[in-house]
Amino acid sequence: MNTQRRTFLTASMAAGTVAVAASAGLLSPSTVLAAWPAKAFETKKLDVAMKEVIGSTKATDSKDIVVEAPDIAENGAVVSVTVKSKIPNTESITLFVPVNAFPLSASYAIAANTDGFVTTRLKMAKTSDVVAYVKAGGKVYKAKKAVKVTLGGCGG
Amino acid sequence: MKIRAWVDGGKATVKAIIFHPMETGLRKDKASGKTIPPHYITEVKCEHNGKSVLDCFWGPGVSKNPFVSFRFKGAKSGDKLKVSWVDNKGGKGTKEAKIG
Repeated sequence: MNTQRRTFLTASMAAGTVAVAASAGLLSPSTVLAAWPAKAFETKKLDVAMKEVIGSTKATDSKDIVVEAPDIAENGAVVSVTVKSKIPNTESITLFVPVNAFPLSASYAIAANTDGFVTTRLKMAKTSDVVAYVKAGGKVYKAKKAVKVTLGGCGG
Repeated sequence: MKIRAWVDGGKATVKAIIFHPMETGLRKDKASGKTIPPHYITEVKCEHNGKSVLDCFWGPGVSKNPFVSFRFKGAKSGDKLKVSWVDNKGGKGTKEAKIG
């Protein structure tokens, strides 16, 4: 028997199984997010980042999410952003600044005992919306807040 | 790193600040004109008595000396809260604090 061919077949079959499992959504979001999603953070395309980190580019607007950020940020290098989600079983909060070179800013995996609440500080290249995506019960919700930036914070 | 954690009304509030340059890789050194290589925190794990309460995944869009605040249930005064981080260059740090 050709052993090399055998090894190749076994390996490709194993890889295929993982790919099928991932595409069928069998891997729960927590397992997918267990490692830092490099592809999502390194891409300059918003939709690619969204797909990588949230698993979808579609989201429903929700009034149960509040994004708190200043109306005018004098320094785009430090913009304090708070996200409060009243959606039960909030699993993750992901923040995007669409105008930044790297649109994905931060993603937070929320444990069962943890509130749907997080405060962080982000960089903003220029005036833009800060968009928060909340994943809960397999669905994705979003809310945004416009922030006027007088001095960009991404160098250059 | 600085961590403050306290219990109020059955919930613990945590505020943490990590000292880190958070370089995007887009900035140029004004003197030499060379691009400063990216150097930023990628992952922060927050654990309460050994159990994960919050996992942060960060990119270069998080501010220098990043700050994070969150709340969780089931903590009492004297419990341990551990925050550990890793960056894209393999740097890391850990600090443990007592919940007040």
